[in-house]
Amino acid sequence: MDTKTNIPNNTEMTPVISLKGVNKWYEDFQALKDITLEIKLKEKIVICGPSGSGKSTLIRCINRLEAHQEGRIHVSGIELHERMKDIDVVRQDIGMVFQSFNLFPHLTVLENCMAGPNWVRGIEKNKAKERAIAMLEQVKIPEQADKYPDQLSGGQQQRVAIARSLCMQPKVMLFDEPTSALDPEMVSEVLDTMIELANSGMTMICVTHEMGFARQVADRIVFMADGEIVEQNTPEEFFNNPQHDRTKVFLDQILK
Amino acid sequence: MFVDTVIEDKALHKPVFLIYLSVTVLAIFFALNFTNTLFGEFLRPVIGDPTESGFFGRFAVSLVLTIIFVLNLFAISFFKLKAQVAIVWIELFLLFLAFAYSFDLKMSFIQSRVPLMISRGLFTTIYISAISIVIATVIAVIGAIAKLSNNGFAYAISSFYTSLFRGLPLLLQLFLIYKGLPQLGFMVDAVPAAITALSLCYGAYMTEIFRAGIQSIPKGQWEASRALGFKFNLILRKIILPQAIPIIIPPTGNQFIAMLKDSSLASVLGVWELMYLARTLGQRDFRHMEMLLTAAMIYWALTIVLEVIQARIEEKYKQKS
Repeated sequence: MDTKTNIPNNTEMTPVISLKGVNKWYEDFQALKDITLEIKLKEKIVICGPSGSGKSTLIRCINRLEAHQEGRIHVSGIELHERMKDIDVVRQDIGMVFQSFNLFPHLTVLENCMAGPNWVRGIEKNKAKERAIAMLEQVKIPEQADKYPDQLSGGQQQRVAIARSLCMQPKVMLFDEPTSALDPEMVSEVLDTMIELANSGMTMICVTHEMGFARQVADRIVFMADGEIVEQNTPEEFFNNPQHDRTKVFLDQILK
Repeated sequence: MFVDTVIEDKALHKPVFLIYLSVTVLAIFFALNFTNTLFGEFLRPVIGDPTESGFFGRFAVSLVLTIIFVLNLFAISFFKLKAQVAIVWIELFLLFLAFAYSFDLKMSFIQSRVPLMISRGLFTTIYISAISIVIATVIAVIGAIAKLSNNGFAYAISSFYTSLFRGLPLLLQLFLIYKGLPQLGFMVDAVPAAITALSLCYGAYMTEIFRAGIQSIPKGQWEASRALGFKFNLILRKIILPQAIPIIIPPTGNQFIAMLKDSSLASVLGVWELMYLARTLGQRDFRHMEMLLTAAMIYWALTIVLEVIQARIEEKYKQKS
């Protein structure tokens, strides 16, 4: 396996990702309010909260698909800002899975997975293919390798999207509501894949409403409302002993 | 198009519709008055001398034509869709031939001139169009990217360009280039001037087509590519354009066909392409229609070839995705 990565290895102690006093506005609307958050290597974070609370915006700032206006964001010691020249290098080490899969429809499943390593990491085709097949095996759909995305079910597409990200051998995986667009019977196959990934030691930040998943894998649950981090805690404390009224209301609604 | 699964009664099989149709058609034929044409001649046994037949003759001719027309439609309505299309095509083509035949064409005159029209005229037409199409496509790709970029200069230049060249008649552009550039000290021949004008004009139209095609690709494709660390050029080349091309092809094919026909404007600069030869070859003998109709058939055949090619390409992309 190719071990070439662009971000230096971290020890368990220093945070892979750190946000300090991050503020973000869309026009007059403040989407993120003074967000401070640290994520250590191998940590699994679940971010939850009502819609419009800024969860997606927050993780999209981590690979700078969105720009923040105030505060500092560091990924493995590299600060993200608007003048940086090597954002692509940082992004190569951060995998992202989207709500709407965003697979490349004109490429086969295998080509989707080979594209990143082959085109931007410069890994030769045979090796990229080997790795792609290995990752497709990890998400348990190697037999779909030669199909096009629209020939697959939603759950299968999302697993391919996970495999595509893993092929880049990222340090961190971001999940932006990965099961929200799926038919109910397909949610578990994607969650199982994510649980396996968590067990393998991947650093993960997941925006999700799947509280069962959160309870099972999260080291920490971050609850957001109105662009703020209201409360963060271990799953046990978060579910059994929520501190804030907003958290209690949210949990009441979602666990009903 | 979506075809509903519920079959409605055919309009042609409803008596009321047939009556309305017949009355309307009869009125149209009556208004157009075919008494003094071949049709009047056919009815001579019934109406006597067509020129003397008056109202009765005119009505009789219209009535017979109407009956033939409506019966024809009624008969065709019983065929399957494909057969209907074929029959109607053949009938319309025969009518077109009859129209051409009515000019009393001299076939030997056409035969003697066709070789020159094809070797010189058709060749020049294809030559001018092909080069212009290639240049216009290149301009369109660059123009579209410039129009979508954040670079102020690129956007300003490309939007000024599309505005100007879509805003002027092609004939005017042709003259501006052919007459204007020499005054500035750049000598241009008629053919390069024609190619320049066609490329710039169609490049402007196609810029808009390409821009719309690129913009129609969902934002998620850009985001996923960015998240994988792809750079702009790579995303455009490997992700966006391959998806945009199938969307771009149909309107681009139309532009190619339009350009092929607009290359006839080069004739005003004295370029020996199809249109020029069609106008000049028949002049001396006053055989205009022979040459014009010949050119018409050649243009038509050419565009049919282009349409077939376009359909093939579309089919190919449809299978792929």
